[in-house]
Amino acid sequence: MRQPQRPGAGLDVALFVTCLVDMFRPSVGFAAARLLEDAGCRVVVPEAQTCCGQPAYNSGDRADAVDIARRVIEAFEGYDHVVAPSGSCGGMIAHHYPALFADDPAMKARAEALAARTHELTTFLVDVLGVAPPAVRCEATATYHDSCSGLRELGVKAQPRKLLAGVEGLTLVEMKGAEICCGFGGTFCVKYPDISNAMLDDKLADIEATGADTLLAGDLGCLLNMAGKLQREGRPVKVRHVAEVIAGMADEPAIGEPAP
Amino acid sequence: MKSTAHAFKDNIGEALRDANLQQSLSIMKVGFVERRRGAVDRMPEFEALRDRARDIKNHALANLDFYLERFERKVLALGGHVHWAPTAEDARRIVLDLCRQANARTVAKSKSMIAEEIGLNEHLEAHGIAPIETDLGEYIIQLRQEPPSHIIAPAVHLTKDQVADTFHEHHGKLGFTRRLTERNDLVAEAREVLRRKFQEADVGITGANFLVAETGSSMLVTNEGNADLSNTLPDTHIVIASIEKVIPTLEDAAALLRVLARSATGQEWSSYTTFNTGPRRDGDPDGPRSYHVVLLDNGRSSVLGGEMQDMLRCIRCGACMNHCPVYGAIGGHAYGWVYPGPIGAVLDPQLLGLEEAGDLPNASTFCGRCESVCPVRIPLPRLMRHWREREFERRLTPPAVRKALGLWAFLAKRPRLYRVATGIANRALALFGRAQGRYDALPLAGGWTKHRDMPAPQTGGTFHAQWKARGGAVR
Ligand code: SF4
Repeated sequence: MRQPQRPGAGLDVALFVTCLVDMFRPSVGFAAARLLEDAGCRVVVPEAQTCCGQPAYNSGDRADAVDIARRVIEAFEGYDHVVAPSGSCGGMIAHHYPALFADDPAMKARAEALAARTHELTTFLVDVLGVAPPAVRCEATATYHDSCSGLRELGVKAQPRKLLAGVEGLTLVEMKGAEICCGFGGTFCVKYPDISNAMLDDKLADIEATGADTLLAGDLGCLLNMAGKLQREGRPVKVRHVAEVIAGMADEPAIGEPAP
Repeated sequence: MKSTAHAFKDNIGEALRDANLQQSLSIMKVGFVERRRGAVDRMPEFEALRDRARDIKNHALANLDFYLERFERKVLALGGHVHWAPTAEDARRIVLDLCRQANARTVAKSKSMIAEEIGLNEHLEAHGIAPIETDLGEYIIQLRQEPPSHIIAPAVHLTKDQVADTFHEHHGKLGFTRRLTERNDLVAEAREVLRRKFQEADVGITGANFLVAETGSSMLVTNEGNADLSNTLPDTHIVIASIEKVIPTLEDAAALLRVLARSATGQEWSSYTTFNTGPRRDGDPDGPRSYHVVLLDNGRSSVLGGEMQDMLRCIRCGACMNHCPVYGAIGGHAYGWVYPGPIGAVLDPQLLGLEEAGDLPNASTFCGRCESVCPVRIPLPRLMRHWREREFERRLTPPAVRKALGLWAFLAKRPRLYRVATGIANRALALFGRAQGRYDALPLAGGWTKHRDMPAPQTGGTFHAQWKARGGAVR
């Protein structure tokens, strides 16, 4: 049985849904909302949100990145916290937005204020709210991939594992090279498909070596990338976002599986 | 060295198909990383030392003119000579002149990336002077007429078998006719061959890891002691170093050495650390009679004071390439120039121009592993992004990419339109992909589906549509 605790009672939390979650895997957004609500937060999904601007920023289109960042800042002001089920988009806001407004002190201050309130989902639950591991079930032997931006920009590492440790029926087996990039890298994977593929091959070998039947991570980009290759090769590993598992919503078809 | 950085995309394909290279890389990827980790784990103050290393280099760069002049004065006082080389061409000319003054036919060289940067070997050979590489790795690739593929392990792209073949082919005429297979035997044979050649050298050329302003010393680390042979046996010793190598004091050198070897090979110290301080003095048993330092700028001073200055902190440890998964997939040659890996992606566009080396800073997932290990904390992804921005401004980004990005940005700035567009895309992809759960080919997504399937979206509409339909709070 789920045992809601209320450490987030009274907090207004805006959910940054991320464009990939919105388009490909809405259940991750609902899982995030459920986890936040179970913790007592009031969850709002600001309507003006679209994308965090990473494609433009990482491709050198600074002007558009600044423009998009400004809109995100406006859309997410006035909440106690902003939470994203993604270390990459969370990192974009928390780590890179302030740098985008280096020449504009007023906007820089707003960007910094937003950055200070913005969190990746599992770090928010564990580090900010102090939520205990959930009492949910999921029969699986899982391995966890540490997505790069979350890991290195926001220090996402122990938090998802701590939450997964509470999932009944789930055994976590660490893979070798869990911290090595899966080859996604946003536009990188389509601009340099062959290098991306070589990196992905290494990743799949590490996943396979654990014998896990389930692959988890906290970023949908990496998950789509790894799932796409696992399926191309016909490997029977289920791929899910960590939020789905800790919210007790792992009954959905896994990423890339046919709809019922 | 002639650049093929413009052919990066072709170089990738070649590298990925090269079975020997892939085998070498798979060994390298694990070895260097584990050894560094071991060295770091044994040293609790490592992170503090990285801060110190960064600060020392930053201080030196902020006062570069002061320390360079101080270094020069010291060298002169010791009886040495200092030559300022604004460009690669100047450096080549200076070194050739010095070799000619010494009537040199052969020069012994100790591994120097600067020599590669200015194409020194080719230049000397073209003028009838034979350079002999004294570093084992450099020697191997010299025999094979290949450029280095790594800044501290130039032959890391080769397997032991390839080395055995190379020696067998070249050493036969020197009386070594057996094809060796054991690592130690190969090293011993190379050593014997090289020792003979050292005796003949008229000039020794070495690079420098650091130039110490306080004492006028140039400092070099090696694991084979080859630098000592290059700088003590010949009568003339030429040090070639780029200007950002200067640091204030010997104490600073000691601090930087502590992070250098650990980051590079996981050693506490390199096997040999050599300080060269001027020519032989009266009563010295050995050492060169004439001592020269060539200080190369080659565009570096233009980086000072700008947002790219951080790249000049680099102490050439190679940790960034050892940890870079892109380097690990394709090796150093694919980058097409002297400096590969993350630091190459930052330096090469500076030294060669974006038109030539623009692919390099793009070929990164920004995974950040390089920055997380760099002993002087160079923000490598940020510097790569800087190049992407210059590229975008100058419209060097491919038009198709620009168009796609522009469309996405246009939508991202118009939430209502964005919802319509993502809603349509979501429904279409979910509908047609529903039965299979994924796509193995998709129009306009060839870069994605070349090697992997595209998972289909869940059915039921976008998150935003569903959230609204369920009456969730939206403000
Ligand atoms: S950039 Fe940093 S990690 Fe890379 S070679 Fe230079 S000092 Fe070493």
